[in-house]
Amino acid sequence: MSATDQSNSLKDNPTASSVQLGRKGRPAFAFPKGRQVDLDAVNEIRTLLNIDAYQRDMLIEYLHLIQDNYGHLSAVHLAALASEMSLAQTEVYEVATFYSHFDIVREGEEAPPALTLRVCDSLTCEMMGAQDLLKDLGAKYGNDVRVVNAPCMGRCDVAPAVEVGHNHVTSATLENVVAAVDGKHVHAESPSYVNFDTYKADGGYQLLEACRSGERTAEDIIEIMSNSGLRGLGGAGFPSGRKWGIVRSYEGPRMMAVNADEGEPGTFKDKFYLDHDPHRFLEGMLIAGWAVGVDAIYVYVRDEYPAIRKVIADEIAKIKSAGLNGDTEIHLRRGAGAYICGEESAMIESIEGKRGLPRHRPPYVAEVGLFGRPTLEHNVETLYWVRDIVEKGADWFSSPMLHSYSVSGRVKEPGVKRAPTNVTVRQLIDDYCGGMQEGHTFKGYLPGGASGGILPASMDNLELFFGKLEEHGCFIGSAAVVILSDKDDMKDVALNLMRFFEDESCGQCTPCRVGTEKAVALMERKTWDENFLQELAHAMTDASICGLGQAASNPLKMVLKHFRDDIVFD
Amino acid sequence: MTEQITFTLNGKDVTAEPRETIWQVAERLGIEIPHLCYSPKPGYRADGNCRACMVEVEGERVLAASCIRPATEGMKVNTVSERAKNARKVVFELLLADQPKKEVAHDPDSTLWKWSDKIGLSESRYPARECPTSDNSHPAMGVNLDACIHCNLCVRACREVQVNDVIGMAGRGIKSSIVFDMGDGMGDSSCVACGECVQACPTGALMPANVLDENGIHTGAADRQVNSLCPFCGVGCQVTMNIRDEKILFVEGRDGPANQNRLCVKGRFGMDYVHHPERLTVPLIRKEGVPKDAKETLDPANPFTHFREATWEEALDKAAGGLATIRDRDGNNTLAGFGSAKGSNEEAYLVQKLVRTGFQTNNVDHCTRLCHASSVAALMEGIGSGAVTAPFMAAADADVIIVIGARPAQNHPVAATFFKNAIQDGKTLIIMDPRRQELSRHARHHLQFTPGRDVPLLNAMIHTIIEEGLTDENYIKGYTEGFEELKEKVKGFSPEKMSRICGINADTIRTVARTYATAERAIIFWGMGISQHVHGTDNARCLIALSLITGHVGRSGTGLHPLRGQNNVQGASDAGLIPMLYPDYQSVEDDSIREKFEAAWDTKLDRNRGLTVVEIADAAYERKIKGIYVMGENPAMSDPNAGHAREAMARLEHLVIQDIFLTETAFLADVILPASAFPEKDGTFSNTNRQVQRARKAIDTPGDARQDWWIIQEIANRVGLNWSYTDPKDVFNEMRTVMPSLNGITWERLEREDSVTYPCDSEDEPGHDIVFGDGFPTPSKRGKLVPTDIVPPYELPDATYPLILTTGRMLEHWHTGAMTRRSSNLDALEPTPVASFHPKQLDQMGIGPGDTIRVASRRGEIEIMARADRDVPDGMVFIPFCFNEAAANLLTSPQLDPIGKIPEFKFCAVKVEKVRALEAAE
Repeated sequence: MSATDQSNSLKDNPTASSVQLGRKGRPAFAFPKGRQVDLDAVNEIRTLLNIDAYQRDMLIEYLHLIQDNYGHLSAVHLAALASEMSLAQTEVYEVATFYSHFDIVREGEEAPPALTLRVCDSLTCEMMGAQDLLKDLGAKYGNDVRVVNAPCMGRCDVAPAVEVGHNHVTSATLENVVAAVDGKHVHAESPSYVNFDTYKADGGYQLLEACRSGERTAEDIIEIMSNSGLRGLGGAGFPSGRKWGIVRSYEGPRMMAVNADEGEPGTFKDKFYLDHDPHRFLEGMLIAGWAVGVDAIYVYVRDEYPAIRKVIADEIAKIKSAGLNGDTEIHLRRGAGAYICGEESAMIESIEGKRGLPRHRPPYVAEVGLFGRPTLEHNVETLYWVRDIVEKGADWFSSPMLHSYSVSGRVKEPGVKRAPTNVTVRQLIDDYCGGMQEGHTFKGYLPGGASGGILPASMDNLELFFGKLEEHGCFIGSAAVVILSDKDDMKDVALNLMRFFEDESCGQCTPCRVGTEKAVALMERKTWDENFLQELAHAMTDASICGLGQAASNPLKMVLKHFRDDIVFD
Repeated sequence: MTEQITFTLNGKDVTAEPRETIWQVAERLGIEIPHLCYSPKPGYRADGNCRACMVEVEGERVLAASCIRPATEGMKVNTVSERAKNARKVVFELLLADQPKKEVAHDPDSTLWKWSDKIGLSESRYPARECPTSDNSHPAMGVNLDACIHCNLCVRACREVQVNDVIGMAGRGIKSSIVFDMGDGMGDSSCVACGECVQACPTGALMPANVLDENGIHTGAADRQVNSLCPFCGVGCQVTMNIRDEKILFVEGRDGPANQNRLCVKGRFGMDYVHHPERLTVPLIRKEGVPKDAKETLDPANPFTHFREATWEEALDKAAGGLATIRDRDGNNTLAGFGSAKGSNEEAYLVQKLVRTGFQTNNVDHCTRLCHASSVAALMEGIGSGAVTAPFMAAADADVIIVIGARPAQNHPVAATFFKNAIQDGKTLIIMDPRRQELSRHARHHLQFTPGRDVPLLNAMIHTIIEEGLTDENYIKGYTEGFEELKEKVKGFSPEKMSRICGINADTIRTVARTYATAERAIIFWGMGISQHVHGTDNARCLIALSLITGHVGRSGTGLHPLRGQNNVQGASDAGLIPMLYPDYQSVEDDSIREKFEAAWDTKLDRNRGLTVVEIADAAYERKIKGIYVMGENPAMSDPNAGHAREAMARLEHLVIQDIFLTETAFLADVILPASAFPEKDGTFSNTNRQVQRARKAIDTPGDARQDWWIIQEIANRVGLNWSYTDPKDVFNEMRTVMPSLNGITWERLEREDSVTYPCDSEDEPGHDIVFGDGFPTPSKRGKLVPTDIVPPYELPDATYPLILTTGRMLEHWHTGAMTRRSSNLDALEPTPVASFHPKQLDQMGIGPGDTIRVASRRGEIEIMARADRDVPDGMVFIPFCFNEAAANLLTSPQLDPIGKIPEFKFCAVKVEKVRALEAAE
């Protein structure tokens, strides 16, 4: 019987384990079970983190500090951190392994090279040559520099993008990436932005102070918000004024969580606003927090935006020293490479220091959100407009209402375009983006990033706004409009998007975790079984827990619907 | 109470309780909805991840997971719509794609295959992906993640139910995987092998290793199942034994009141000791002319070097004859008998009745003397009852939980899981123990006080509570006596003054005292760290005082709970295996009580209390006791200063051993009677919670081994008694006539309900979990506060013997190891005697982990492997007493607590030297 055999082997060869787990070559039975905590590693963690009272919700921040310092997360350090935080080793390990930007090095494994190049291979960058870059860079550097693919970095207007260390090289070529590596340009470059003093000199924070002083009432502000028609610009489009009222109606303490984790491929508008005028966003955030009566605000910035994170950190410090936050705490949290954390409840989990697994609804985060408290969650751009709406009036915003479109792909002038909400893709291309690139004929478009489906050029007359595309199986979402041309194989486009969802699925539910993997496998086949794919696509939509899985099959469905010429069927 | 919810389910109006989920309502109404990641068993949170239970809710954009979606008013649910059925079918087909084929399944009867069959799926059209390989690193469990469906039930089992925190879901998406610790082999990880994950797994990805062949394929189902109990600790878990070919194949937890389906490594994976080849299967008689040598080690596999086979008739005649001869020749107090806390209530009752009526002496005791005698003494004195005032489940209702001198995660693992659940629910845990432990990570405070300084620490807490006015004055006035004396006594015990003695700073003592006193509800659990000291009774008196002055007793979530060590230590004590007490703690020295028992048993009884375990050994050593009958105990391993105890046994004129293995005590026997192991017998057992539970015979005794009750009766009838019990039920019925505690608890009721708590008012009412809400069964009806003084440990370290030795159990090995060391899994997990030190302490001594060392006390010495364990404080060594090849009790001090007569197993002085370094050993 196997049990007996194993017990004998354990007895005869107690050091047989493949890894030593902190036992320094000594037999397993000379220690309690499991990996031993190395006392030197504990001291290293204590010295590095220098923390009196560890906080469970800060786990990801601690992991960043260790990764930044040592270039990776060794199992020895993870075990020491777990011990220091009174956590189980597996609790730390599962969080660390969930996020792409942490490199876990177990006993006996080799640490990654000091420098990593992340080549964005999300749709726009792939269209602009990411695969060649991956191949060329991989060939050039071998094992000296690590070259990996990575999802959308929010530089689709200047695609392709390669992150060299933390320096994002845009319009990347083999040459400019190599130059960055050789020149050791590995740190994020700070954008030039409206700084605290300039913003304040221009009337900034007067509205916030008026709110705090009692000149303005929360009811008054919320009413203006409602009248303005401002909707959540992260993609869901929920009316903001109503959201404020709902969260405010729940008993405190209330929390606020700010989503600066736009990761929807093709989306870069939040980056645009943060790059240029971060205080307009921060003041909006503080006004919203004040109006709703929150105790603490957590700003979650994606790790792909290191420069912005530094800007926000610096400017929040200025706000605090100026006392502008009143008694509202402001915390800055750093993502670690996970698209799913842009989903509001997954982001809350991540802020709590956990894996970014979306929560089930009900309850909704407005009622049970961050740390189990009622939570106002907003996207950056939504908050960016708050000050102007209050100062200039609801009508200023609503008539005519403009919307921020991140346009990328085969157009001459990609970028963030403010256009009326009834704008069509044809107008975006021709009137806002200087037309199609030379040699490219408009073939189709993604109206709302990877999730929002794909439409053919023949449907170029649809209004691009909330509620206008659903009847066609699409949605506007974060308004990431990717323009595709006759040079783009729509089967490849769909496959790129499905692979993205496969990589970024949190893995929690079957239809998304297994569904995306099987869909990729089926879509990679030379010929497609339409009914089979349709059945899978519909089950993914019907049965996935969150928007990622529910929308993951949209591109597949749309390609099956509109681009049948690009597919060979069984 | 909130109002019921009305909604529509498959077109019919139905009602739901608030928070009841759609799945639960459907289940209640007999509507089947598939489920994989959802377990309706207690303790399992719905996670809604597998999506096998999707249903359609009218008006909603997408389907809903019925397991996690509460029914709401007016909702219209359809469980059988095409859309829902299609989605569920796709889910199953996706999962089956990466699953081993049913013909080669790890568990063809798994939940996954059952539901697949019902849905009509036997295979998948989806392409399979590359599957992970097997992990066979653990002796007891096979890990085959090729069958894993990521349902997370094992994670919840490990993290939320048992809270052992080993299993995680690492990685993300399709690359995510179940991991142990940090992706380590299960056998390399910190897994404590509770097997909750195996029981929870719906696919066979996690299985008992012994039901899989070398390719991981299931070897076939069990032939039959028997519902019984776990034979190990005092928690009293209910189990189902799965039997194939008359062998116990595997064990599962049952929904008993003390375990709610949970088990630990011993109960789940340790039952195969009953099939060990060293089982005694024939009666044995010492060969003529073979002397008894206390220092000799016999081979338990071959007793025939010293013994010869005998018929039952001859062996019983010889066993009983030898005892009767001594009694008739030298008088009744030259005999003694040991019963066992591992035997049933009925067996315990018969043993004490045999000794009292047949041997005509009260020299009858059992190993509770070595466990909680001091606790029982203090409790009897203080509150008039030796049992717990509340079950350990009361932790769930407490706000503050104190665990002192106990390591429940090792010694009462399933009870510990409920403590951890309470902590997850936000309750405060305070641990006081010189050694750290698994629970320390979960505790708000762990007071690692100086060993043996319990009284200074506890009196400083009492001082603080009284000084700061945190007492419950009404409770003290209404229900206690002796408060003024206590108050006067503890004046000298300020935390500031005691801090130096107990090693805990005054602020911490005060904080902890306040936390306990000001809690709405607080409960104290303790173990042998309290009781096994020369001041053990004083330690327990302090705990009783703490609870009485704060009124933390007799209410929900409050109480005093000495965690009982053996599976029937409560029942064996209740049944009268105590030299000064008849069944139900009735004094042998009280004339009216004695007359009552004389009438019941139709014989004259000795009016004097008998000797206790260690006193009996001493009397044997002095040749005052000449004959001993031992049923299921092993004093050669469990007595302190075991060398002395073994010599005492060797000096006996006649030693009768009734056991299942050739124990170290049996080495010195004159007659050995092969008896029944736990799974071979019927009977009742009483756990630490005062729950009387039914154990059922699952398999036959091997060879010519016999039922213990039968053997006891045969001896009784050969020493002049005239017994005619026909079965354990017969005995139980007699017990009920002399034991008021069994009021309302009939054999038939136990047969039906499996478990009944005493005290119990009547047959149709449940028993009382919490007792003493309105006074105590003391003469004054009041709880007695007994002041205590500082008594130092008997043998303090000095220059020659500079370290403190403390002894106890380990998770895998129970008591003297006679059973657990013969379990293949338990032996594989902890095969070697180990002495644990703090790694720094080892460094200082120039000893490496794994080196062989010699540990010596004034009484003996052993060679043993050194283990580095951060839980052990500096200046201490911990050695479990289960290893016969390095018996810790050869070292321990026999000094007794003057009241409880319990030896100081937790403290003696030793020295340590290196015998050989690890390298030299190889």
